[in-house]
Amino acid sequence: MKKYDVVMIGGGHNGLVTACYLQRAGLDVIVLEKNAWVGGAATSRELTPGFLYSNCSYVCSLFRPEIMRDLELPKHGLQVISYEGGAVFTRDGDYLASYRDHDSHRREFARFSKRDAEAYDRYARDVTRQCRFIQPLLMRTAPDPFSFKPRDLQELLYLAKKFGDFSPAEMAATLRFWTMSISDFLDEYFETDVVKAYLALSGIIGTALGPMSPGTAYVLLHHYMGEVDGSVGAWGYARGGMGAVTSALASSFKASGGTIRTGADVTGIMTHRGKATGAVLADGEEVLGKLVVSNADVKRTFLKLVDESALPERFLHRVRHFKMRGSSGKLNIALDSLPEFPALPSGSSCIRGDLHFTDTIERMEKGYDDWKAGRWSADPFVDMMIPTTLDPTMAPPGKHFVSCFVQYCPPKVEGNDWTDADRDAFAETVIKQISDYSPGFRERILHMEVRTPREIEQEVGLTEGNIFQGELTFDQLLFNRPVPGYAQYRTPVRGLYICGSSTHPGGGVMGAPGRNAAAEILRDLRHAPSHMSSAHDVI
Amino acid sequence: MMHLTAFNRAEQGHILTPRLETPFHERLAALSETNEWYSWAGYKAPHSIFDTELEYFAIRSTSALFDISPMVKYRIRGADAARYLNRLTVRDVAKLGIGRVHYTAWCDDHGHVLDDGTLFRLAEDDFRLCCQERHLPWLLDSADGFSVEISEETAEIAAVALQGPTAFAVLEGAGFAGVETLKPFQLAEFPHADGSVTISRTGFTGDLGYELFAPAKAALSLWDRLWAAGGGFGLKAIGYDALNRARIEAGFIVANADFITAEAALHADRERLPDEIGLDWLVDPQKPYFNGRDAILKARTKRTLKHVLVGLEIEGNIPAEGAIVYHRGKKEVGLVTAAIWSPLAKRNIAIASLSRPFGASVTDNLWVEIYAMRELQYQKLMKRARVVPRPFVKLERRSATPPGRF
Repeated sequence: MKKYDVVMIGGGHNGLVTACYLQRAGLDVIVLEKNAWVGGAATSRELTPGFLYSNCSYVCSLFRPEIMRDLELPKHGLQVISYEGGAVFTRDGDYLASYRDHDSHRREFARFSKRDAEAYDRYARDVTRQCRFIQPLLMRTAPDPFSFKPRDLQELLYLAKKFGDFSPAEMAATLRFWTMSISDFLDEYFETDVVKAYLALSGIIGTALGPMSPGTAYVLLHHYMGEVDGSVGAWGYARGGMGAVTSALASSFKASGGTIRTGADVTGIMTHRGKATGAVLADGEEVLGKLVVSNADVKRTFLKLVDESALPERFLHRVRHFKMRGSSGKLNIALDSLPEFPALPSGSSCIRGDLHFTDTIERMEKGYDDWKAGRWSADPFVDMMIPTTLDPTMAPPGKHFVSCFVQYCPPKVEGNDWTDADRDAFAETVIKQISDYSPGFRERILHMEVRTPREIEQEVGLTEGNIFQGELTFDQLLFNRPVPGYAQYRTPVRGLYICGSSTHPGGGVMGAPGRNAAAEILRDLRHAPSHMSSAHDVI
Repeated sequence: MMHLTAFNRAEQGHILTPRLETPFHERLAALSETNEWYSWAGYKAPHSIFDTELEYFAIRSTSALFDISPMVKYRIRGADAARYLNRLTVRDVAKLGIGRVHYTAWCDDHGHVLDDGTLFRLAEDDFRLCCQERHLPWLLDSADGFSVEISEETAEIAAVALQGPTAFAVLEGAGFAGVETLKPFQLAEFPHADGSVTISRTGFTGDLGYELFAPAKAALSLWDRLWAAGGGFGLKAIGYDALNRARIEAGFIVANADFITAEAALHADRERLPDEIGLDWLVDPQKPYFNGRDAILKARTKRTLKHVLVGLEIEGNIPAEGAIVYHRGKKEVGLVTAAIWSPLAKRNIAIASLSRPFGASVTDNLWVEIYAMRELQYQKLMKRARVVPRPFVKLERRSATPPGRF
């Protein structure tokens, strides 16, 4: 029976990144994907004829350009396009837009507050300073502070030195940033509700916390760390939808000789005497490997795939308590024509960016209150985008694909499993909110896919539908992600690695966890990672 | 709230004109032969109007009109205005008489310069602060506990600089009676149309010159009045490139060109104390507490100042813009931030930021490495540089009172 060098469980973006790097190092790698397509949460799916849905993740910024280059993704079809800005609609019929042009952006803020308009630069400066500190850490394995291995000590020194380069004021700012709520943080800069609501969204996306919960300021940072072609903090669309990222990865992987098996649902990881030996599929077939890598989240990997008796008790305890709570849902909609927003002047560029309907932090926080009570938000926060305003490949001419990310959406409805009726009522809440600002929206709908945490977990395999494979709060970052002592992509099972967003540096379509995992695996194999670029300099 | 909402909506259309036009734009656009525009704080501003070289000579030989409307302007009024500004800025505002102007700077708590600018005392409790960057949150936060009103009036006030040896003659010809009594850094109100214009004897050229401030609606009539009078005195409209040459000769620094303002700095080590950018002479340790005072004085006593801004004279005639400065031709000690061949001084001059002690106690054996691109080939030149005092050019006509007519 064939024995692969590496069996990769799951064909999400991180799994594919790891697989590509390992295959390119000369290993024989097989990717096992349960769905009939690869991509995990970065897919483009034709669920109704002529329309491609980015049906989980929907925008691209965090994906590391070093990886795109190393794996020749442009050659395999990946193109990322910057988008223009966006708007949050206010209940009095106005809106606050964001514009790419610096002075226009300031004048737009000045419509609401001259002070906030001029405060934005200081805010952006402070956020950028923090990003510049963290960015170089993304493509490095987090040091284990208790291993005392020379390499960990060296990495700790690197961290200490970076931190030591800070002035006392900057150190204080950093500690505050890592621990504050986004609401408190924004209060220090701005006075206008709608300005704060607009900026707060990056602090709560994908996170089961409200804007007033401590720790959400860091989540915001995580969303500013990306770039489009060197424009730090910018977001873009992957041309052809987010599936373009993973199809380029899959194509690159196959071009270097890798094997992908779709429809291969892994139900268990085989171990022998504390060492991983392969994966078992739903039909009982065994796929053998010298090494096994799991792209699944840490809970799915260790609570479902690995026999718990093979794992240390404390480790299991930490895995069980790793916070990975479902907090969001998604509506993917095919529209007959471009929706109208009477509040926007005709021809406004805002429609090509992100559109929101939550104009105060209080409304967001109330939405979170509903989640705590086990209900979806009655007045949800919606991040709506129409990528077809810039990307001609995703819908027939004149027709549009609309992606609506919706928060908050609980993993269970008042303690019970989601039903189809719940799902439809959830969708109705969202459509109603949009229709309040876009009359005729409902009539334009040709087809709609509604995804609650139930659907996301069932299809993508993310526990509770948590998009980050674990929340991005400071207690779950760096050497604490996912479990202290196991933050370097290795696990208590020899020969078993994890490479998904549960690991450092976390979620988003970033690819850094997958890349770092590949580096660690190659290190164990004593293989020089000469084909891996180190992180671009932050100068 | 309704009235506010209506106001907000009326302003929505700003996005249709992402580059604003200053109140003088109509005249500048009509005069512009080169059509070289750039964005100055979101306004269309001319690099040049007809010929940078000739525009420069208008400043030095006849007179030049330069539109400074995009300069950020704050109005500070109220019973505590002087006390507030004294806490805000490093120079002693108590010494600034009514109808006087002074150059000043303001700092954050660490003594790092937030900006430099000019402070106009229009009345006992009425001031105008002009600067390069925007500071409204800083100004408002600093006003806690003071009885002051602070507003931003950049768009409402049109401003134009009239600079050059015939500047006074132009004003006199335009009928601004009494302007001859203005001494440098003095201002006065003069009637214009159905209102008035504030004229100060200030400028950014080191030459005889004035700056005129008027309500935006009076801008065009003010321009026409000057233009009509200027015909016989060689008055020309100019763009920034010509002005920049004059300001380098005068040794003036520009925020975020010759130093990075504290609120704009992404790198903490780019922030500068006043003493590190040649503004030590502004700081008045005798006056009551002002923001940044302790940090500045501590750095002086503990001798922890890290940088120094100097004027350099460089051998040869190739401008050293952006050049690295070396000690003994080897050790990198700083950077040239602005450089030109000075037509007036016939010297190759530069403003540079150096790491102490170089430029401060060690001034010998400094060199600059100039990369001069000539027909797709770099000529690498290592030239000797000498620290010299600023201004590089000192003109008696700048301060003569009464001023000369040419």
